[in-house]
Amino acid sequence: MPEKHDGMDVGYVAKLACIDLTDEEKTLFQGQLDQVLNYVEQLNELDVSNVEPTAHAIPIYNVLRKDEVGSSLNHADVIANAPSAADGHIRVPKIIDQ
Amino acid sequence: MADLNKCTIAELSEKLASGECTSVDIVNDVLASIDANDGKVGAYLTLDREDALAQAEAADEKRVAGSTLPMLGIPVAIKDLLNVKGQPCTCSSKILEGYIAPYDATVISKLREAGAIMLGRVNMDEFAMGSSTESSALGKTSNPWNFDHVPGGSSGGSAACVSADEAIASLGSDTGGSIRQPAAFCGCVGVKPTYGRVSRYGLTAFASSLDQIGPITKSVKDSAILLETLCGYDPMDSSSIDMDVPAFGKNLTDDASLAGMKLGLPKEFFVEGMDPEVEKSVRDAVEHCKSLGAEIVDVSLPNAKYAIAVYYIIATAEASANLARFDGIRYGMRIDGKDPADLYAKTRSAGFGQEVKRRIILGTYVLSSGYYDAYYKKAQKVRTLVRNDFTEAFKQCDAILAPVTPTPAYKKGEKTDDPLKMYLDDILTTPTNLAGNCALSLPCGFASNGMPIGLQIIGDDFQEETILKVGHAYEQSTEWHKARPSL
Repeated sequence: MPEKHDGMDVGYVAKLACIDLTDEEKTLFQGQLDQVLNYVEQLNELDVSNVEPTAHAIPIYNVLRKDEVGSSLNHADVIANAPSAADGHIRVPKIIDQ
Repeated sequence: MADLNKCTIAELSEKLASGECTSVDIVNDVLASIDANDGKVGAYLTLDREDALAQAEAADEKRVAGSTLPMLGIPVAIKDLLNVKGQPCTCSSKILEGYIAPYDATVISKLREAGAIMLGRVNMDEFAMGSSTESSALGKTSNPWNFDHVPGGSSGGSAACVSADEAIASLGSDTGGSIRQPAAFCGCVGVKPTYGRVSRYGLTAFASSLDQIGPITKSVKDSAILLETLCGYDPMDSSSIDMDVPAFGKNLTDDASLAGMKLGLPKEFFVEGMDPEVEKSVRDAVEHCKSLGAEIVDVSLPNAKYAIAVYYIIATAEASANLARFDGIRYGMRIDGKDPADLYAKTRSAGFGQEVKRRIILGTYVLSSGYYDAYYKKAQKVRTLVRNDFTEAFKQCDAILAPVTPTPAYKKGEKTDDPLKMYLDDILTTPTNLAGNCALSLPCGFASNGMPIGLQIIGDDFQEETILKVGHAYEQSTEWHKARPSL
């Protein structure tokens, strides 16, 4: 972690997350998230160079299942949730121009 | 009206077995209580009365046919992030408006197998991100003990409906305290099981390495009964643990002795700025456990103070990845754009509320190139230290006693403008989510303003039986859990 964080460009990070912020949101979040980043800097007090990271609190390894055909969700129920559908498929905006 | 809605699962099971009441009677009393009070409490988002009554009729028929399933005919309210086939599941977010769950979450299948009735869907912080239920986009929930106060969160609706006797019990989920804190704020009992005890299949994921589903009830015994039906290995959740589930309910004996038990008291959990009334109630509860025969030992959790910093890096990082699935393509809201990327951004900007956007942005930042090691990996390393503290502490004691929250339920609007202040309230609950072990919250007193205070009993990995035993012994010999708000 940087000794002192160099400030997050909230608008840029929001774009990475596919979120458009209004100018008011940008200003509001910038202040609030800078505060949170200042707070988490306290982790710099700790020397963790020899500590293993924990991704998962209760360690289990190599979770495998038999390669068998099972049931899956009902197709019609799933398609019924799509905001736009046609012929049993989900309709999306055009991705490639001809 | 026989006030069956005010009874516990254990009481109703006896009444049902003896023929004193039917499940239809219970559901009718619960529906009447919702009609009378939910206008003020605001716990429910959706409620299908006819479906609930049909389930009750079916349960009564099963009983006549000789069934003695453990939850037969008991109505349970469901937090709005669990999929119940054929019902909405909005996570209190606009982005999931119109979504109808095409399948049952594993906990719902298990409840059905145990005979329970799926009652209605209750309010929560949007995508479980919050501590007061104020970030819900779909409704406002009040604390039944004082309507000006928050019910806590994120499972605020789950706690409020049980506290107001608008349900017999409910399901919540706990990522950083979201079962224990609202249970404490509303004067209920809540359990966060050990990570992996309960399948997360069908739970809309917030932070996958921290989320656990658990019960909110009116007594420790009820939590034990309900928890037992929820636990167990599930091939649909590769993080669920394949181990036997103890008979939590049956194994609770009614003798209130804690003789031979060692209970740890972590000095770090009596934090600076803690409300003196909370501290006094919890210290009185510790003395009470001592009078029941427990030996009290000092333990230390020196890294617990870093839990908030670690939690808000790891939880937001995982959330930013999990919530990427809400893009307007397959379900929920869609706002059309000139190309897919435009559609995603328009949909997500309109569909997510401010707290969700804030957390996705923070999570995206801590995972982004150049910051991953500095924030995310560092937080994962400190997470190891938090877990090691618990491992050391449980060498000296069977369970740990602590407060649940630094203060009782506060007034609505008090912390909505200051996210960091809201986050800091999770200081006593997040350590357990990071370490993965189990914890229980139960009533242990009231503040002078009438708001309930909770006692937290923290157990080692898979030691739910121990914390239920301690909680049950405490409850058997105190009256706090019997108090009810006047609505």
